[in-house]
Amino acid sequence: MAHKWGLAVDLDRCTGCEACVVACHAENNIPTAGEDQAARGRAKHWIRVERYWEGDFPNPRVRFQPVLCQQCDEAPCEPVCPTYASYHTPEGLNAQIYNRCIGTRFCANACPYNVRFFNFYNPQWETPLQLQLNPDVSVRSVGIMEKCTFCVQRIKSAEIQAEAEKRELKDGEFTTACAQSCASKALVFGDLNDATSEVAQLANGNRGSKLLGELGTKPNVTYLERGSWQDANKG
Amino acid sequence: MQTKAEQIEQDLLRPLFHSSGKYWIAVALATSLLLAGVAAFCYQLYNGIGVWGINSPVFWAFDITNFVFWIGISHAGTLISAILRLTNATWRRPITRCAEAITVFSVLIGAIIPLCHIGRPWLAFWMIPYPNQRHIWPNFRSPLAWDFFAISTYLTGSTTFLYLPTIPDFAAVRDAATGFRKKIYGVLSLGWQGTPRQWQRLETAMHIMAVVIVPVAVSVHTIVSWDFAMTPVPMWHSSIFGPYFVAGAIFSGIAALILAMALLRKLLHLEEYLRPIHFENLGKLLLTMSLLWFYFTFAERLTTWYGNSPPEMAVFWESIRKQFAPLFWTMVVCNFIIPVPILAIKRLRTITGTAIASATVVVGMWLERFLIVVPALERKFLSYSWGTYRPTWVEDVLMASSFGMMALLYLLFSKFVPMISIWEMKVGLHAHGGVPVVAAPDGAVLDVAE
Repeated sequence: MAHKWGLAVDLDRCTGCEACVVACHAENNIPTAGEDQAARGRAKHWIRVERYWEGDFPNPRVRFQPVLCQQCDEAPCEPVCPTYASYHTPEGLNAQIYNRCIGTRFCANACPYNVRFFNFYNPQWETPLQLQLNPDVSVRSVGIMEKCTFCVQRIKSAEIQAEAEKRELKDGEFTTACAQSCASKALVFGDLNDATSEVAQLANGNRGSKLLGELGTKPNVTYLERGSWQDANKG
Repeated sequence: MQTKAEQIEQDLLRPLFHSSGKYWIAVALATSLLLAGVAAFCYQLYNGIGVWGINSPVFWAFDITNFVFWIGISHAGTLISAILRLTNATWRRPITRCAEAITVFSVLIGAIIPLCHIGRPWLAFWMIPYPNQRHIWPNFRSPLAWDFFAISTYLTGSTTFLYLPTIPDFAAVRDAATGFRKKIYGVLSLGWQGTPRQWQRLETAMHIMAVVIVPVAVSVHTIVSWDFAMTPVPMWHSSIFGPYFVAGAIFSGIAALILAMALLRKLLHLEEYLRPIHFENLGKLLLTMSLLWFYFTFAERLTTWYGNSPPEMAVFWESIRKQFAPLFWTMVVCNFIIPVPILAIKRLRTITGTAIASATVVVGMWLERFLIVVPALERKFLSYSWGTYRPTWVEDVLMASSFGMMALLYLLFSKFVPMISIWEMKVGLHAHGGVPVVAAPDGAVLDVAE
């Protein structure tokens, strides 16, 4: 059976520590934009932890919401690319094919989640960070878009390994960098087509919802929460 | 004693053979603006497009604003000229050429801007469907691919539309010129001899082009609007965008035409040909379009307001009340409050009056495009990822250079091609027994005895 990769994000577990952000940078060769560029709105994080404040003084509460590419089944970024650089893989991933990208940035405008990033300059790493580049992931040049791939290099290597050993992939055999680094296990990655997988059970549970689900993008990332913190406090 | 026909030929060929010092100063200014843009583009290529002010999430800003603006201006010529030709409005004769030239040059500029705005301009040819080693066609579902075909069709069509009625005039220049210039115009006139058979074929070809170019022009700006409307972005995803953009394009196009005519009239001393009646008639068209523009803007805003969808309202208030309010209300003043009284009151609908109204409309329509592109991108759904945009000097220079390029192309065109169609003026003359012809405000032909 074909795989359908998905991620469950448990908002009740997320502590906002941003370990996932750091892990993603390290795994996927994402350079840090630097203070000046970040101030210009060019910070580049394939996964970011959004902070929203609720309630007024003296009882403000902060809520964390990790946002990454939602790997939509009906992705608005895909049909708008004139060169097929944003492409839907048979396993349902929204792939970005760097070689095809000419940099119209149309996909980034069409994305409702603002999770597509543009290389305004050629990437640079401060010494000695260039020594830790991941050889399994290409470095993106100036003028092209990039985004979360669901660590496609890990998916591929696990699939190839399983195929070489003539067996099915097992749930939890590998995971994405963000989920691997999540201390509170707020991020769970796996195959949604495998009904027994942890992610499928979480995604189909009664706490699940989709980010901006009303847009009809059919994301493969599911957010889990009991309800708002006010409701939780009452209960 | 000169006949009227000889007078027309002499007047209209004069700019080709004699240019004033002022003309060359204007050419030098326009050229330096264009060169500044070339330098800015080289700087951008060398350093990366990060030298622009665009960021995440405002990935399009001045670039696409200018693209839509110039494609809009291009609706001056071809569309107006085609409609006037098809309805056989006789007052069109002195204005069709300069209108059609605006179209060709502004589409050209509009086509160049996206090439400069993409991240890897050297790969722009991947938009073209051709058999290649990558075994991949362009994505025909993408509005940008539609853009590519629409604009290249429009550029080809409007160039043909400009060229056809120029053939007899190229022949007239050929006959008046000597030496190398005679050869060039000989080639350009395609062996025109003025035989009845050639005239008949030319008339047929012009008629076919006039019919064909109208739907092309309408489709081009509709497709440009679909670059926005086909995305789920708040305030972009709107079915009104097609007709709204086409109306806005014709609006800014007429304004550009009136401005160009007012300048040409002074620069090339064409007072005898571009008369108050032409400004009067175009002024009325501009008035109609101003009212139509207001209607569309009002309808768009009112529906959004009543719909009250939170993501759309974030963009809505940002543009009319918050950050962009000064620009928004300047736009309303420029597109409606100033031009409508000037154009509606007959006493004010003079050459100066229409030129002032047109200048404000050009500014207002640029602002309109900016206010479509930027506020929506700044306020897209998740408030954590909202952003702001401020242009850098590179974008300012590139924008200025697009105006420089327009001015330069137009000035050079006036040096190489008669800006007013000589033969069509003569046709007007012969149709009425050798006296110059202008049109009455109601469109009826009126003979004016000298």
